[in-house]
Amino acid sequence: MPILEIKDLQAGIAGRQILRGVNLTIVPGEVHAIMGPNGSGKSTLAQVLAGRDTYVVTGGSVRLDGQDLLELSPEERACAGLFLAFQYPVEIPGVSTSYFLKAALNAVRKYHGQPELDAMDFLKLMKQKMKLLDMDPSFLSRAVNEGFSGGEKKRNEILQMAVLDPKLAILDETDSGLDIDALRIVAGGVNSLRGPDRGILLVTHYQRLLNYIVPDYVHVLRDGQIIKSGDKNLALELEARGYGWLEEPAAVH
Amino acid sequence: MPTDTGTIETLANKEYEWGFVTDIDADALPKGLNEDIIREISRRKDEPEFLLDFRLKAYRHWLTMVPPQWANIKYPPIDFQDIIYYSAPKSKKKLASLDEVDPELLRTYAKLGVPLAEQKLLANVAVDAVFDSVSVATTFKAKLAEMGVIFGSFSEAVKTHPDLVRKYLGSVVPYSDNFYATLNSAVFSDGSFCFVPKGVRCPMELSTYFRINAKETGQFERTLIIAEEGAYVSYLEGCTAPMRDENQLHAAVVELVALDNAQIKYSTVQNWYPGDKQGKGGIYNFVTKRGKCLGQNSRISWTQVETGSAITWKYPSVILQGDNSIGEFYSVALANNYQQADTGTKMIHIGKNTRSTIVSKGISAGHGQNTYRGLVKVLKGAADARNYTQCDSLLLGDQCGAHTFPYIEMKNTTSRAEHEASTSKIGEDQLFYCKQRGIALEDAVNMIINGFCKEVFKELPMEFAVEAQKLLGVSLEGSVG
Repeated sequence: MPILEIKDLQAGIAGRQILRGVNLTIVPGEVHAIMGPNGSGKSTLAQVLAGRDTYVVTGGSVRLDGQDLLELSPEERACAGLFLAFQYPVEIPGVSTSYFLKAALNAVRKYHGQPELDAMDFLKLMKQKMKLLDMDPSFLSRAVNEGFSGGEKKRNEILQMAVLDPKLAILDETDSGLDIDALRIVAGGVNSLRGPDRGILLVTHYQRLLNYIVPDYVHVLRDGQIIKSGDKNLALELEARGYGWLEEPAAVH
Repeated sequence: MPTDTGTIETLANKEYEWGFVTDIDADALPKGLNEDIIREISRRKDEPEFLLDFRLKAYRHWLTMVPPQWANIKYPPIDFQDIIYYSAPKSKKKLASLDEVDPELLRTYAKLGVPLAEQKLLANVAVDAVFDSVSVATTFKAKLAEMGVIFGSFSEAVKTHPDLVRKYLGSVVPYSDNFYATLNSAVFSDGSFCFVPKGVRCPMELSTYFRINAKETGQFERTLIIAEEGAYVSYLEGCTAPMRDENQLHAAVVELVALDNAQIKYSTVQNWYPGDKQGKGGIYNFVTKRGKCLGQNSRISWTQVETGSAITWKYPSVILQGDNSIGEFYSVALANNYQQADTGTKMIHIGKNTRSTIVSKGISAGHGQNTYRGLVKVLKGAADARNYTQCDSLLLGDQCGAHTFPYIEMKNTTSRAEHEASTSKIGEDQLFYCKQRGIALEDAVNMIINGFCKEVFKELPMEFAVEAQKLLGVSLEGSVG
């Protein structure tokens, strides 16, 4: 069964149509990349899937692991296994990263009828996951994203992904604002989280990220529709030729 | 985000849980105020002459005063002749121990979560409970007495330690100080008294619990805390009142005196009845709290969490008289529904090298109006004085308001004052971020508010921090991190 099945998804904001019939299917184990010029609707797609209610869905359907995603609240989507790594992670002053993540993890566990993790087990889990991303333990006591560098914020997103262990992870412009070293660390973290049970959707403007996280499929989004799909070589071709040569909507994966 | 706004309002509009009325006989004087009433209060309390003089002096001065108008609050004029100035729970005989306290009263305090019973010895809190106007019971008195700490009701201290009371009463807040303090000086009925002798570190948190029960009754308690040279005391104060349609007046005075190297930590969780959602009823809380760092290297800290009252008018202040003395003010004030809070502090730097810190967190919700009003005054002789002030406001919804009036008067060129201020709304971005991680909206709002208040909560003693977070309807950060 696909982990994500998007059919003819249409959505917009304040009467303006942005997504005009998106179709996309992701099977567990696959990594898909969505590329496209500015304003093509990439980030909108990510936000709509996560349930941001500033956007209005006007048509189509989305299934997450067989479940009707559009019927769920944002927190239910998260608990059901959808994770969004934010392009601009939000600061929450006075709330420590560990407290925040523990609350998140226990909310997800509760949703699945699992007991809450106690402080010791949680700390053990965190330490293990933080090693993966080369993060200093002092991260845990710092307020969520407050005063974090661009690289730290993105690493923090991937750390949360590692801890919450989602079925589907959407990474929205995770490469933006990263220098090459930070990009390597973040990509290394993402690659370690690839697995046969998880789908990953990378939303990116540049091909650069895909050198580090090699996708199984690449899709081009333009004017709210996927107009071309291919393998990793499509990304290279886009890098070389730009988006101009793609005019006609193509068959979708 | 209409759904979120709705939920935030629901959260902010939680019902007042402490609004019950205790059915108990009260021995009250008739409504109104005149010299006879004052003499009668003094007579019933069997007071020494000097105290009656103090009251009468205050009353005569009060007659020349008018209520202050400068605060950013609106309320109809108070009819001071329509208030009962003395109400005491009726009891047949004098109480020798806690076991003799009216069980109905004890049940009330149990409902409120006041650790009055002896088994709370473990909690290491000594409690003096003031019900309407009279102090009901003081726990652990004997244990404290062994160390020379005097802690109990004010009226009792007047009898057992009249010299101490006489020496310090009015020494920080004079009888003529302001309209409400002067009224209090004339009619105060009870309160707490605490004296920590030289070199003694008070081994437990001292606590007073104030409760207004009787109808149409004002509560005018008077608290006096003295820490002698090198002494330390941490004092907690909590307050609740039943739900009533009429407004009730609360005009308390608290005086703190710290001698050389002494430290007083005074924490308040104020949850008087705030009125209903339409703004009907609730406590008018006009309180004068002031500490004097009389000695060198002394330190006075005020920490307050103000969630209740229809009106809060309160400026816990520190007079930094001794050289190198330190004054601190940490405050969380919540104004919800039609609540109005005009609160802040005054730091008066007199001695050399004195330091003050002000951290004020205002939360406004519903139609609440929250005002920070603070004065930092550095006198000519206060060489190298320092002040740091931080005022943050958080708005929930778009019907509420946050206002900041900082006043700074510097008369010494070697001194420095810093002021930082911010106003923010609980952001949709923050809420969405939390929800995307699986955290329900209610928990997310609580988490964000707690984060906002953290700098103040961490100043509270542990068990009080727990109470404070409960009052805000929020959960404090866990032990991890």
